[in-house]
Amino acid sequence: MQIPYTVAPRQDTGLFNAKLGIWLFLASEVMLFGALFSSLVLLRTGAPEWPHGWDHLDWKLATFNTIVLISSSVTMVMAWASLMMKDFSKFRIYLGGTILLALLFLVVKYFEYTHEFHLGIFPSTSAFFAVYFTMTGLHGLHILGGIIVNGYLWGPGARMWKTDPARFTNRIEIAGLYWHFVDLVWIFLFPVLYLL
Amino acid sequence: MDHVATAGHHAHEEILPFWRKYLFSQDHKTIGIQYGLTSLVFLLFGFTLMMLMRWQLAYPGQPIPFVGQWFGEANAPGGVMVPEFYNQLGAMHGTIMVFLGVVPLAVGAFGNYIIPLQIGAPDMAFPKLNAASYWSYFTGGVVMLSSFFVPGGAANSGWTSYAPLSTIATQGQTWWLLGMIFLITSSLLGSVNIIVTIIQLRAKGMNFMRFPFFVWAQLVTSFLLLLAFPPLEAAGVMQLMDRVVGTSFFMPSGLVVAGQPLTNSGGGSPVLWQHLFWFLAHPEVYVLILPAMGIVAEVIANNTRKPLWGYKSIVYATIFLGFMSFIVWAHHMFLTGMGTTISAFFQTTTMIISIPSVVILTALVLSLYGGSIRFTTPMLFATAFLPMFGIGGLTGLPLGLAPTDIHLHDTYYVIGHFHYVVAPGTIFALFAGIYHWFPKVTGHRMNESLGKIHFWGSLVSINFIFMPMFIQGLAGVSRRLYDGGQQYAHAQGVLYLNQVMSIAAWTLFVFQLPFIFNFFWSIWKGEKSSDNPWDATTLEWQTPTPPGHGNFLIEPVVYRTPYEYSVPNASKDFTPQTEPEKA
Repeated sequence: MQIPYTVAPRQDTGLFNAKLGIWLFLASEVMLFGALFSSLVLLRTGAPEWPHGWDHLDWKLATFNTIVLISSSVTMVMAWASLMMKDFSKFRIYLGGTILLALLFLVVKYFEYTHEFHLGIFPSTSAFFAVYFTMTGLHGLHILGGIIVNGYLWGPGARMWKTDPARFTNRIEIAGLYWHFVDLVWIFLFPVLYLL
Repeated sequence: MDHVATAGHHAHEEILPFWRKYLFSQDHKTIGIQYGLTSLVFLLFGFTLMMLMRWQLAYPGQPIPFVGQWFGEANAPGGVMVPEFYNQLGAMHGTIMVFLGVVPLAVGAFGNYIIPLQIGAPDMAFPKLNAASYWSYFTGGVVMLSSFFVPGGAANSGWTSYAPLSTIATQGQTWWLLGMIFLITSSLLGSVNIIVTIIQLRAKGMNFMRFPFFVWAQLVTSFLLLLAFPPLEAAGVMQLMDRVVGTSFFMPSGLVVAGQPLTNSGGGSPVLWQHLFWFLAHPEVYVLILPAMGIVAEVIANNTRKPLWGYKSIVYATIFLGFMSFIVWAHHMFLTGMGTTISAFFQTTTMIISIPSVVILTALVLSLYGGSIRFTTPMLFATAFLPMFGIGGLTGLPLGLAPTDIHLHDTYYVIGHFHYVVAPGTIFALFAGIYHWFPKVTGHRMNESLGKIHFWGSLVSINFIFMPMFIQGLAGVSRRLYDGGQQYAHAQGVLYLNQVMSIAAWTLFVFQLPFIFNFFWSIWKGEKSSDNPWDATTLEWQTPTPPGHGNFLIEPVVYRTPYEYSVPNASKDFTPQTEPEKA
């Protein structure tokens, strides 16, 4: 038994299965982060006072991290483009770059968190920090998930390039769509938490 | 896929070890059966919790007979249930029935088993995700059940887990949240899978207006699950943060518990939890009801031997219902005093959403008109669904309007209302589905006489449970009373109904016994069934019985709309979707 449209797109929808699947998954992710952003709006508008992010958080490190994540999105596209041009060794370099940049993001985030803990700032400190730690923490988990998936596709998963290159290229595209989404969430988080 | 390839696959199937074939199967039919059996067990378990509560409501302060001593000194000293235990039973009854019973049965079991067959697909689009979805559901169920054994017992803040009560509740609430995260993951994987399967794996010629209505219902349901559950997941994460690391998402400032001011930072909003919860839980109502309507539509078309009346209007009504269900949630929250403007908005949307529901129900009723009805067991359940759901729906209208809702909201009226929708509504439809598709799944028919005993007994007793709730509710009896209203002034005139309802609930259990016996007995000993025992038109009946791995022997091609019954001048009274038009 073969499930149709795992690789080639279906004629009338123009999609292969996983591509529709990942868009639906991302739609649900939009609702997840949307609910958190809405909660932030509701808590903030209901609060008598709300601190400015830049007074308590390190906006310079966060700016650096924003650049890191955007770069990782660029290398992710390049990884996919390399596969489209049948250049597997370049793909390895670009996807490896994406993974390293993602790790760099987490390392920076780790230093941010520990610095805040040293200052005696915890999620329980105030509603603002509750929102800050929860949203960046959940985003960090998404980064971690992306590293695991990309790591698999860089390492053992890459064997599929030999047996089924079209399907493997699809997989990189799917992983890329997810990665861009995670990047996009940060692009919303950064100004809302650090700059407002 | 040609015949030879399928046969080759059958040979391959034989060598799968037991645990691959039945336990960690990736076949949508096996997973559907796993979902079905697990959710039926949970339904029975959730019902058992309620039977215990009904004892306390009818005979407060008296030891529970037979089983009272099983619950330990902490929960039921001397066999008498303590209020904390009653609260656990109440919270877990709701949680189990909705999230572990009805939805997994309606979507996980029926959706998984039937959708690929009805659209002519060899399997679901992502078989591995499908298995992961079931096992995530199973894990969530185990976590929920384990919570009964942690200190303080299971979650006891109601199935809605309103903050701040839930934030300061015992440890069981944390387990509830963890269990919910597994269940939400399961539903996410399942809904993505169902949508992709329906859109991508349709057989040749199966365009959207040739879908059996069941497929449409499942498609809209899956979109609701996909988009409405994540906000509850976000809320669950926030409540987990509140409970575990001491944040104050849902904790207002200056809260005093048992004379002690709480030390948390405050600044949170208990109403925020309610908004996020009902943003899921209102669409969830349609998740409960749409698959049921889908099953009823299949059974009615098949047993009236005529096409559904107004197929297109039902489909459009369902899509509209799906959209509207996202903007009615706050009609559950009129009591929070959220302001007249917001109330007016949600009252309006609520009145609007009743229109597509009425369209669907009316079309199903009109489908009966002029048919030569076969009153088989599935048809009895499907027919009973119509007035029962009608009562549930119509009694909901006063709850959608703030002036009446404020009087009725905290009374038994609400309990009666939504149980009419879900119990004699959805669960009857699910029974109809079980009797209807059982021959395809097992190759044997269920016994009709036992089925009729099950149906008539259930129909009568279930009305004696829920109809008195309207009377008690209109009298003003609160729905949160541990003693059934013994010490409640409004309840004195209607107290006798507690015993009526409780005896009816236990009678309902007795009438489930013929079903349980029938179910297992028929798997092995039931009358052998042909491939198409009901003379049905839709694709699932064109498969071998039970369908093998890959489902169809020849790739199906669809030429017709789903319900071509009694076509004039046709040789027989049903024309399958696969039958080509004559030139």
